[in-house]
Amino acid sequence: MRGPGFLEQLETALPGSVAGSRLDALDPWIEIEPSRLVDVCRWLREKSEVRFDALECITAIDWFEPDSKKAAKATWQPHTELVYHLWSTASRVSIVLKVKLPRWKGDVPGQLPEVGSVTGVWRGANWHEREVYDLSGVWFTGHPDLRRILCPEDWEGHPLRKDYEQPLEYHGIRGR
Amino acid sequence: MAQLIDDDPRIIEFDVRTDEMLVNMGPQHPSTHGVLRLVLRTDGEIVSEVEPHIGYLHRCAEKIGENLTARQWIPYTDRMDYLAAMNMNLGWSLAVEKLMQYQVSERARHLRVLIAEMGRIASHLVGMGAYGLDLGTFSPFLYAFREREKILDLFEEACGARLTYSYITVGGLTADLPPGWLRKCEDFLDQFEPIIKEYHALLTTNAIFVKRTANIGVMSPELAIEYGCSGPVLRGSGVDQDMRRDGESIYTAMYDGYAFEVAVMKNGHYPRDHQYPPVPADAVIGDCWHRFFVRMLEVVQSMDLVRQSIDRYSACKGPLGEPVKLTEKIPAGDAYLETECPKGQMGFYLVSDGSAIPWRVRARSSSFSNLAVTHELCRGCLIADVPAIVGSLDIVMGEIDR
Repeated sequence: MRGPGFLEQLETALPGSVAGSRLDALDPWIEIEPSRLVDVCRWLREKSEVRFDALECITAIDWFEPDSKKAAKATWQPHTELVYHLWSTASRVSIVLKVKLPRWKGDVPGQLPEVGSVTGVWRGANWHEREVYDLSGVWFTGHPDLRRILCPEDWEGHPLRKDYEQPLEYHGIRGR
Repeated sequence: MAQLIDDDPRIIEFDVRTDEMLVNMGPQHPSTHGVLRLVLRTDGEIVSEVEPHIGYLHRCAEKIGENLTARQWIPYTDRMDYLAAMNMNLGWSLAVEKLMQYQVSERARHLRVLIAEMGRIASHLVGMGAYGLDLGTFSPFLYAFREREKILDLFEEACGARLTYSYITVGGLTADLPPGWLRKCEDFLDQFEPIIKEYHALLTTNAIFVKRTANIGVMSPELAIEYGCSGPVLRGSGVDQDMRRDGESIYTAMYDGYAFEVAVMKNGHYPRDHQYPPVPADAVIGDCWHRFFVRMLEVVQSMDLVRQSIDRYSACKGPLGEPVKLTEKIPAGDAYLETECPKGQMGFYLVSDGSAIPWRVRARSSSFSNLAVTHELCRGCLIADVPAIVGSLDIVMGEIDR
């Protein structure tokens, strides 16, 4: 979505919601304040000039380097990044929203970071958020039924986190 | 009320209340297309709720992708939608090429169109044949596989494999076509074209098939869009969207100069619909029959595209070009690309930190989004309609569970 003035419109409608943007990137993206994510999504779907009526994909990226030597060279601080790919069926344009979350809530390991659920905006977000919760460990507040979807219900840990360790055994099945 | 019951034979079912029952369908049920488990809440014959349970084929392909180079992950994309592996190879290759800002040669471009459209025909043939199986007719499956075998023979000759090809790869294709291949491909198209009529006789116009699919599982365009449905499922609801035309420039550039009409109903007509049997009177847009019919139209559309690509490919005298090195470094950044796979819009998202091994790999599965809508479609239908609805979505579990 490269339209001029789009970002300004968003900032006027919802002041303080934009945390950063790169509209000249390969896929232009806008970084959203985590607390304003649901408002922004609702605005994009219902109020903006281009109606983003389809949620294509939610991705969580774990920015964490388990190797301390490599971690010292990293140019970023450890965090979890959520990426929302939206699509407008009528205008045939896409936009990317990014949200930065801490890896753990309050930096307490084991406490999942939280962000508002967008199931109220797009019903199709239900499964996508369940998948992100299952594999990357992000808690979506307000989700009607946040359970694991791909892994078994009693699985431990979130496999797509960089510090995930595969279990040694699962119900008598050898792991590693 | 009595009048209503007389008019609609199904209404009588609603009057007979019995106990609610939870019924497990799958994970090894023949009509669930792989290991999908559906939990049905039923009252007699009426289904009040359907809950799909997925993940039986989960192997965390995305995690595997974080430990391999971009080209090494190609074989894993084969195993997602194993019925259209060529198209999956293409989707991932293009996503990597988008981030690398890499352009393949003209010859490779036309060969990719040829292979991808042949893959679409092969996939839709399974979709069609297996849909017949779901509804209790065995012969269309055999007819469909007879032709699919011929496509697989052609693929085998081109790349050596019949199911998991890894033929299209980052930077082009692993090999050029062997001599004489195009002639065989044209022969196949010539003998396949008249056979389409058989399929229409077997299924499209079959009275029982129409009864089982027309006006069943009707999906409104709004519902389809909100759930992120795509491909024939979306177009069956009358939404005019095809990534080959509407997608990003790196993908649409592949189809530059190709003539094709998106298979979607406009003003009550499908493109070139005088060649096909008429739409049954009972069918409404967005039902199982239309989703099926869109696939049938796309088979013909793909045949047309294959013919066009054969001409263009043979006119290209330049070299095919070499694929990139296995250990090629990918520039830092991220890129997301959706391609039009037979089952729908398959998206690949790649985040790179500048090394040869991606930092994060993401596969957005079209079947995943298409299946997520099942509980909306199945609410209030009959148990016998559940396989008809799930089958019309044409899902592949390998792609959903990844």
